[in-house]
Amino acid sequence: MSATAMHAAPARDEATARRLGRRRRLKDAAVRWLCLGATALGLVFLASILLTLLWRGLPSLDLLIFTRDFEPTTYGDDTLPRGGLRHAILGTLLQTAAATAIGTPIGLLVGTYLSEYARGSALGHAVRFVSDVLLSAPSILIGLFIYQLVVLPMGGFSGLAGILALAVIVIPVVVRTTEDMLSLIPNTLREAVVALGAPKWKMITLVAWRAALSGIVTGVLLAFARIAGETAPLLLTSFGNNILSGEVGKAMASLPIAIYQQANSGFPDLIAVAWTGALLVTLGVLLINIAARLLLRRKG
Amino acid sequence: MSATTMPAAPARRRISGTGDRIFEWLCRGAGLLVLALLGAIILTLFIGGLPAFREFGVQFLWSAEWNPVEGRERYGALVPVLGTVVTAVLAILFAVPVAFGIAFTLTELAPEWLRRPLGTAVELLAAIPSIIFGMWGLFVLVPLIQHHIQLPFGETLGALPLVGVLFESNNFAGTSILAASLVLAIMILPFIAATMRDVFDQVPPVFKESAYGLGATRWEVMTGVVVPYTRVSVVGGVMLGLGRALGETMAVTFVIGNANRLATSLFDPTNTIASVVAMEFPESLMGSLKQSSLLALGFLLFVISFLVLALSRWLLRPRLK
Repeated sequence: MSATAMHAAPARDEATARRLGRRRRLKDAAVRWLCLGATALGLVFLASILLTLLWRGLPSLDLLIFTRDFEPTTYGDDTLPRGGLRHAILGTLLQTAAATAIGTPIGLLVGTYLSEYARGSALGHAVRFVSDVLLSAPSILIGLFIYQLVVLPMGGFSGLAGILALAVIVIPVVVRTTEDMLSLIPNTLREAVVALGAPKWKMITLVAWRAALSGIVTGVLLAFARIAGETAPLLLTSFGNNILSGEVGKAMASLPIAIYQQANSGFPDLIAVAWTGALLVTLGVLLINIAARLLLRRKG
Repeated sequence: MSATTMPAAPARRRISGTGDRIFEWLCRGAGLLVLALLGAIILTLFIGGLPAFREFGVQFLWSAEWNPVEGRERYGALVPVLGTVVTAVLAILFAVPVAFGIAFTLTELAPEWLRRPLGTAVELLAAIPSIIFGMWGLFVLVPLIQHHIQLPFGETLGALPLVGVLFESNNFAGTSILAASLVLAIMILPFIAATMRDVFDQVPPVFKESAYGLGATRWEVMTGVVVPYTRVSVVGGVMLGLGRALGETMAVTFVIGNANRLATSLFDPTNTIASVVAMEFPESLMGSLKQSSLLALGFLLFVISFLVLALSRWLLRPRLK
């Protein structure tokens, strides 16, 4: 851009010049400290959230959390059984895994289409644009969509509806990473395979996908982590359940919903369980994220 | 559009041309499915909201009523729409300066060895599920506002003419617009910071080196070279954050107080489209007018966030290539 808008004119006398220089340096230093402060602030938020989770979630983190289902509040009576989160953990694992299994192939094909078939085509631009919008679209609207499409015709909340809602969220995440990773593969590799006489589809499935494998797996892991903590769409689709149930035709428990309901219950013992659930979700999500990053870095 | 861009060499010997065709259509079909998905979302929300639009007409858009009493049902979108826009815009105001500082640190100030861990930490903040932000906001931030922020602000700034009313409120629960926008700001911070860092990194080093060579300080390089060069993309990144803030549900539901009231002060409770849908939709009767009104709200939210996200993508387009 048009050059530095600084006080460019050389100062007449040396004193003015020195003063100007000092002022510029002071301003620079002030801004530098402000920016470092901003970064520190960001880290403080991260640390505060993690420490709060540990502080309030660790006390009730024991085996009972994993072996028991929901129990109503004990009103401080220690003879009554304390509840756990087994139903919610298993419900979340089931729905998240099924949704990833449904969404990944679709996302993979779309990403392949964008990278291998649609470079520069109008349809490709449209698909890329829509996929990017879906990536940031409010997830609760996807819940409303599946509600209208699945819950209403079926006459009630169901695990199946939850799985479909989460699958819709998985697709754009996988699309983005698949396209990015496939576009990193050098064209010479593609040409070499085609020159050997292999049809294009074999080139893609046997060579391109394999070369991009670690990147694609990263995308799937990130998608898994993203939907494992999704709450809003599940509220309108699988709704949550207080008992352990593997029936996808009925309302199904999930960790985020269990956290939401118990955190707002007002009973200290249920809130403690909610914090433990929150700790588990966050640890799981962050560990998957770190694993995905390491996987990508090792492959370079 | 029809043909492949990579011209499939005229097959002298047909090597399973059918396999190729099937696979290409499989991929294209999946792409069309994504397009259809967006169309279906818009359509179902609109059709679901149709009874409400028909019942209340255009008035739905600016009526502040929300009366579920049977026989006298009146629903209007004004309060949630305003709540959505106000909290999202405030969140942007809070988040952008901090995000800029982080991006500046990550690209210019921090030593090389520190950049990667710092960047990862910021990205991890983005990975934390929104319900966790909600709980943190409710149990940490809200009490903080309740005990340490609202009173001093109300006493000192409340006396100001004109703007004083913004800081005065008879709601002392702490759950408020301010709490919601602060939580939103923290949530969108990593998205904006990461986008800014990426676009700052794309400034050709020669430009910066030339400015440094002229004796410019780091701040002068930033304002004189980097920011003008990346201005459009920076706005795109901010729009991306705005789009996210508009549709954020769980975090807001926890801390905004969920009152269908027009807020006049930062410390007043109100609601947003997403929070009112999360609170009221699961317990509304199937096919009721209330459910239709909530779907109509969802349609409005979709239109707003679609416009913002499309604008963001359009602005970021030159950098995405």
